[in-house]
Amino acid sequence: MEEFRILSTTAILGYGFPLASFEEGMRRKPHLIAVDAGSTDPGPYYLGAGVSFTDRDAVKRDLEIMIAAGVAHGIPVVIGSAGGSGGAPHLERDREIIEEIAREKGLSLRLAVIHSELDKAFLQGELQAGRITPLEPAPPLSAEALAASSRVVAQMGVEPFLAALQSNPDVVLAGRAYDPACFAALAIARGYDMALSLHIGKILECAAICAVPGSGSDCMFGYIGADYFRLEPLSPARKCTTLSVAAHTLYEKSNPYILPGPGGHLDLHACSFAQETENTVTVRGTKFVPSEPYTVKLEGARRVGYRTVSVAGTRDPVMIAEIDAITAGVRARVADNFRGKIEDYHLRFIIYGRDGVMADMEPHPVTDNCHELGIIIEATAATQKEADTICASARSTMLHFGYEGRRSTAGNLAFPYSPSDFHAGEVYEFSVYHLLRTDEPADLFPVEVLTVGSVKCGVCE
Amino acid sequence: MKIALSEITEVIRSKNAGPYELTFDIMFKDYAWFERVCAAKVFNKPMAAALFRIPLEDVLGVVEFRPAKAIKITIRRPIPSGNIGETDVYGAQQHGPLIDLVIEI
Repeated sequence: MEEFRILSTTAILGYGFPLASFEEGMRRKPHLIAVDAGSTDPGPYYLGAGVSFTDRDAVKRDLEIMIAAGVAHGIPVVIGSAGGSGGAPHLERDREIIEEIAREKGLSLRLAVIHSELDKAFLQGELQAGRITPLEPAPPLSAEALAASSRVVAQMGVEPFLAALQSNPDVVLAGRAYDPACFAALAIARGYDMALSLHIGKILECAAICAVPGSGSDCMFGYIGADYFRLEPLSPARKCTTLSVAAHTLYEKSNPYILPGPGGHLDLHACSFAQETENTVTVRGTKFVPSEPYTVKLEGARRVGYRTVSVAGTRDPVMIAEIDAITAGVRARVADNFRGKIEDYHLRFIIYGRDGVMADMEPHPVTDNCHELGIIIEATAATQKEADTICASARSTMLHFGYEGRRSTAGNLAFPYSPSDFHAGEVYEFSVYHLLRTDEPADLFPVEVLTVGSVKCGVCE
Repeated sequence: MKIALSEITEVIRSKNAGPYELTFDIMFKDYAWFERVCAAKVFNKPMAAALFRIPLEDVLGVVEFRPAKAIKITIRRPIPSGNIGETDVYGAQQHGPLIDLVIEI
């Protein structure tokens, strides 16, 4: 059995990769060029607001190289979780980029687009039918929380990719997808083992992060055989070691032995990691355990208000010692000032130097050895105007607050900026993180096949 | 004997595992240290709850992963990623108390 060869370009589309590594990958004649473009790590804002966390020009740079090489050599380019979150506006952003590349390079591309944003009315029906269950430790979903969600996407497995690949596309642009799916689908379609294909996808989706030294912006090459897969870094500066690959299996997972995904989980209990050459690693023994019924993960976000922040610091030892009394005093003064006018708001003082990073989990929430503190004053309210008002009031009150033992009567805060207050804009929270039962996993994710760009024609021009 | 965890490990890190969980990876320098720490049962749910000042039921798992000579602790996030009141959206800076930790083995 010939090995199935996969070129993974970068950990997230738009994070970049060295051209030398990409060319090294192309010399190995890959059957597939694939990249994962998504993550929930940057938080709920991007999904909710329909904004990509990756930069448009950076995404275009990566795609230009991948698509030009793919078309020139007849290798499909498959992209998972378009635009970072995979919602309709995210998919649209990346589709525009691909159309632009096709136009600029005079390419005619067969593009398969897989949609993953779900209709909320459909989801309300599924919720009522008891087909949506919480993904612990997320709370149960209410009809209200679903209705309030700005956007809900489902994470597709390999089935929609398999459907899209049947049209022999040059490029597959998928909405929200299980990270390994864009790497695994074509291998599975060609008859390679599903468990191995998904497991290598799980590693390739982070590209060179599984090497030493690791990198989120370098390529990685994967080979799938009959009963194994192997990984090879494409930069001479990196090595895959059994430890680096096994260690990557832990990354961002609750349990390294059981990796759940659409329609089942990977079981790694019998996995072995062997050093093949100095810089390549072979993995065997992965199992796939299907779930009954088939479930996909839903992700949704809702807007909870608007935020304004002010950044400041203090270098006054007396103020540092009194910081809790000061923030309590400011909070009370602001509440009193707007009583009956603005009452529904969230005012927070993040105190860096004490517990700004770990909050309630901080084992040493004290300022005993601090010579300075960083302070973020944050107001979140129903409108930007209200958030501005609360933030400005807290900031000006704190600046001139008279506290016990105060010597610095000219002002309590050092502001690095003018203006001192910043609009952070809309604030979102994750509202849906649940499993949806489905009998036909491909049907949730409609595939649209279109031709984009055009062949440059000297005669016509 | 008492020893600082930072002296016998190569990696100590934290990260989100989805928006509702935080996961900590402790990877040892060699199998000898990994086996000794596992044998001494240093890491367990009550220990993790005390270290991170969270309720015992919020410690979701403590798993020994031999292929990476690693121990993984997964907890429920005190506040889901990005919610109002949150301090670390990626969850990548919650590992500090593990670096400071002195263990008895």
